[in-house]
Amino acid sequence: MIAPAVEVQHLRKVYGSGHTEVVAIRDASLSIARGEIVGMFGPSGSGKSTILTAMALINPPTTGKIEIGGKLVLDGPKALVDLRAFRRQHLGFVFQKANLIPFLSALENVQIALEVNDTAPKAARKRAMELLDYLGVGARAHNLPVALSGGEQQRVAVARALANEPSLILADEPTAALDSQRGRQVMELFAKVAHERNAGVLVVTHDHRTLDVFDRIVDVEDGMIRVREKVA
Amino acid sequence: MNLAVRDIRHNSGRFAFTTVGIGLLLMIVMGMGGIYRGLIYEATLLVDRVGADLWVVQGHTRGPFAEVSRISASLEDRVRAVPGVAQSRRFVSHTIQRVHQGRPLRMVVQGLSWPEDRGEWIPLVAGRALGQAHYEMIADLSLRLPLGEKIKLGRDEYEVVGHTRGMVGTSGDGLTFFTVSDAQAIQFDVPGEAVRLERAARRARLEGIEIGRLQPLLLDRAAGPSSSIPALSRPQVSAVLVTLHPDADAAAVRATLDTWPDITVFSTQEQKDLLLSGMVDKAKRQLGLFRVLLIIISTIIIALIIYTLTLDKIRDIALLKLIGARNRVIGGLILQQSLLMGAFGYALAWGIGQFTFPHFPRLVVVELADLISLGFIVLVISTLASLLGIWKALSVEPNTVLSA
Ligand SMILES: Nc1ncnc2c1ncn2[C@@H]1O[C@H](COP(=O)(O)OP(=O)(O)OP(=O)(O)O)[C@@H](O)[C@H]1O
Ligand SMILES: [Mg+2]
Repeated sequence: MIAPAVEVQHLRKVYGSGHTEVVAIRDASLSIARGEIVGMFGPSGSGKSTILTAMALINPPTTGKIEIGGKLVLDGPKALVDLRAFRRQHLGFVFQKANLIPFLSALENVQIALEVNDTAPKAARKRAMELLDYLGVGARAHNLPVALSGGEQQRVAVARALANEPSLILADEPTAALDSQRGRQVMELFAKVAHERNAGVLVVTHDHRTLDVFDRIVDVEDGMIRVREKVA
Repeated sequence: MNLAVRDIRHNSGRFAFTTVGIGLLLMIVMGMGGIYRGLIYEATLLVDRVGADLWVVQGHTRGPFAEVSRISASLEDRVRAVPGVAQSRRFVSHTIQRVHQGRPLRMVVQGLSWPEDRGEWIPLVAGRALGQAHYEMIADLSLRLPLGEKIKLGRDEYEVVGHTRGMVGTSGDGLTFFTVSDAQAIQFDVPGEAVRLERAARRARLEGIEIGRLQPLLLDRAAGPSSSIPALSRPQVSAVLVTLHPDADAAAVRATLDTWPDITVFSTQEQKDLLLSGMVDKAKRQLGLFRVLLIIISTIIIALIIYTLTLDKIRDIALLKLIGARNRVIGGLILQQSLLMGAFGYALAWGIGQFTFPHFPRLVVVELADLISLGFIVLVISTLASLLGIWKALSVEPNTVLSA
């Protein structure tokens, strides 16, 4: 049996302490298979971003286990691997905004992700160009992020997320800054990546018009995850 | 891919401004080092150029550059009689400040032992050496006295017949060369009234004692020119310069001279050491202190600007960490920017210095060894300056990228 892209068990996250204490995640468990795209919905403040950043290994949970590709990575706040190395080898990220480094061109933003993962500069450049072409922004490769539209920026961010062929891609409201048509294009792209490149993809979104692109949908409510049947 | 250069290109205005500031500071640091070298060069120039093997100066003094040294001119002949001595010359040197054509003229008056020494050893850039026993002079270009110009010093006029370049005394004043007797005439020039008073005083002293009353002729001599009175010594000189035979035993000559109680002997090297330890030492420490302060200021400025540049891109750094960049990449980005700033500043300092140093009032000598050591210092301070920024960058959490 192939290990799931990610599996979280009994995640709990408490911010602050004493009377400023906020329980952001009460008890969340979720598994995402490789080749599967999962949409995560839920009201504001329900804990979606907290779950996603915990999986992204940049916001360790208070208790609970996170396994990525079958490997136990976080046991509570305790890291069992070099998290930064693990991120560059196995994870890809897309966020709502501020995804790109402003002083690097579109191409370089993708290239840097490859280079930090020890790809030689020439090969990195070639692959970055292929990815931008794949996402339809090859023509804008040499522009700085400020010169790109929101949708183009997001597609460059997706290209960067794909660069190292990650087993898990995490996206937090990646289409919030886009019009519905552009938003849909990006969502379809994620589905394509999940299916064609065999990655597990988790997308947090508020956009109910894109429900149909997901293989599975989960709802977060008050720090708990509830799996919903597909409503296609 | 080099992140440092790309970020600098993005922030080129701020980077350029700071670099210019650093460059100017480093130029001053470089210039101060050059001024110090210039001081040494100028201080020892004369001692080097006159090329004596030994300096005979007044007993128990450190020579004419340290204090007043007065020895009898006849010492020239005494020294010449010592076996192994090829040549001896009188050395007369004093600084005067006069007014010429409405501007102050400060110069070192240097006497040449005419007729043995006409100044052929002086490197002339124009004109000729001295050609007659009186009323000619060689002047340094820094005094701005054209060839053929006649300058009135004391009662006589002297014509500029030759030019030197960069020949200055220990305090940077231009050198002029005269025959010894002219130099002394300039030094001991006294107004006619003073001469008359001196003669009257001599006569009065003589009238007060028995021999004066018994020998009226003496009274006439006393009231005459001092050079015609055998009992009065000729004007004294500052030092006597000794040149040895090529095959003479320097130590033996020196040992002989050392037994003479009325004089002290220095080798050229000793004379130079005295000059440097006495005159240049304080200036060196002063300049050194300023250089250290300026280097500290440069370090602080580089550190602050690198720190602000780092703060400005703290989210980008967090993003780099998020996508897994190693600390080496992030630290390298900041260190390289700091080094680039130092390197550009240094290059700028050198470039500006090339144009400005020649116009400094005193000689600035920039030596390769000093350039190399300053380059090394810039390397060190740029590295130090980056530490604050690196510390900030390495301590930022990758999830900072999410908090907008
Ligand atoms: N750094 C933090 N410190 C304290 N409380 C926090 C922090 N981050 C989030 N919270 C709290 O945790 C809860 C969950 O926040 P989270 O950002 O996960 O919600 P969300 O579902 O992503 O909401 P939204 O849809 O608005 O993005 C909220 O009550 C929030 O106020
Ligand atoms: Mg959120």
